[in-house]
Amino acid sequence: MELLYFGDNGWGDELFIATLMTVAVSISAMLIGFLFALIFTPLKLSKYKILNLIGNFYTTVIRGVPELLVIYLFFFGGSGAIMYVASIFGYFEYIEINAFITGSFAIGIISGAYSTEVFRGAIQSIDKGQFEASKVLGFNKYIHFFKVIMPQMLRLALPNLSNVWQITLKDTSLISVTGLVEIMRQSYIAAGSTRDPLLFYSFAAVLYLLLTFISMKFLNRLEKNYSRGF
Amino acid sequence: MDFDLMITSFPKLLSATVITLKLLSASLFFGLFIGLLFAILRLNKNPIINKFAYGYSYVFRGTPLLVQIFIIYFGLGQIEYFRSTFLWVVFKEPYWCAIIAFALNTGAYTSEILRSAFQTIKPGFIEAGKSLGISSKIIFYKIQIPIAIKQSLPAYGNEIILMMKGTSLASTVTLLDLTGVAKYIISTTFKPIEVFIVAGSIYLFMTFIIHNLIKYLEKKFSY
Repeated sequence: MELLYFGDNGWGDELFIATLMTVAVSISAMLIGFLFALIFTPLKLSKYKILNLIGNFYTTVIRGVPELLVIYLFFFGGSGAIMYVASIFGYFEYIEINAFITGSFAIGIISGAYSTEVFRGAIQSIDKGQFEASKVLGFNKYIHFFKVIMPQMLRLALPNLSNVWQITLKDTSLISVTGLVEIMRQSYIAAGSTRDPLLFYSFAAVLYLLLTFISMKFLNRLEKNYSRGF
Repeated sequence: MDFDLMITSFPKLLSATVITLKLLSASLFFGLFIGLLFAILRLNKNPIINKFAYGYSYVFRGTPLLVQIFIIYFGLGQIEYFRSTFLWVVFKEPYWCAIIAFALNTGAYTSEILRSAFQTIKPGFIEAGKSLGISSKIIFYKIQIPIAIKQSLPAYGNEIILMMKGTSLASTVTLLDLTGVAKYIISTTFKPIEVFIVAGSIYLFMTFIIHNLIKYLEKKFSY
């Protein structure tokens, strides 16, 4: 147990920082995912077949391919792709991207595919009359989306979004293969140098459980808040 | 685009797919039994048994699969006593460690799927069986299980696809499954996009097959 103490002899402080890193990656991946969902949800709901196809391609491919493979693609291909783009602009030096950015992007694209499906489902299950009513009342596009559709969509999407958050949080453990020091990577380092893998991996499991437990409590309160009046 | 690499890596990746499928089928097979067992325990009226089953599914669904594999593969070998038991024959193999971790993980999810399926069975069905004088054993096997299978098929299909993606984590414990071989080829050739397209297509093809198989079964079980 002394191995988990804070300070120079224990790994407590390192693991604490690693936990913060996991939370940071999860949040930034979730936000990047929302950005992707913002682009691809309208595509999936569009009237045009080609746009539908692009939207469906994104969600099908990402949800059908293992997360680890996507992470390897970004880890090995990320800097190459950036360097290729930079070479068009006449910059030929080696560019190394930060593991945090690579990881957030890889997980973000994955979580974006799930978020897209959630938002699509939520918008589709809003009563048609709501769209028609807001049209009849002559609301402009801004009020139509932000005051009529969005509040209803959020209420329907929140329970599923909290599932996406859980998936995203657990997926961040896979970024440890790229060397970003989050919970898994720190446990791996600690287990390697103390030869006590059972303790550290079990402790990592406890940390993940704690994170999911706390975030579930928070999200349940949010859900209650958004479903007032129903 | 290096099409030559795509062509030469295809047979290598395809032979690695066999290991992926082996891992998947073995873990689903054991996972189904674990899931059924814990679903029945969840429905038990004894609060201790009930809580135990809930705790099991909570822990395995709340932690990443990677942690579970690492605890089983790296962690358990550390216990001196454990190494002297006959179980060590199984647990020293990364292949079996991966299967055990996957089976326990998918078992937790399956137990939740089956539990909710059992709970949505209308009590009228069971009462009808009882009033016809059918024994509770036959009610379970002939009424509850078929209805539960039908109810849980869509969710279980998703779980199979999630598990198929989960088997990629076997590559972290030195197994050369589809992802493991893909990573090996990427790190030797530094051509991630080409390899990703080939390996990704194989995974997508498997997803496609599973998806349609479940659809077919759903049709068959619907009444």
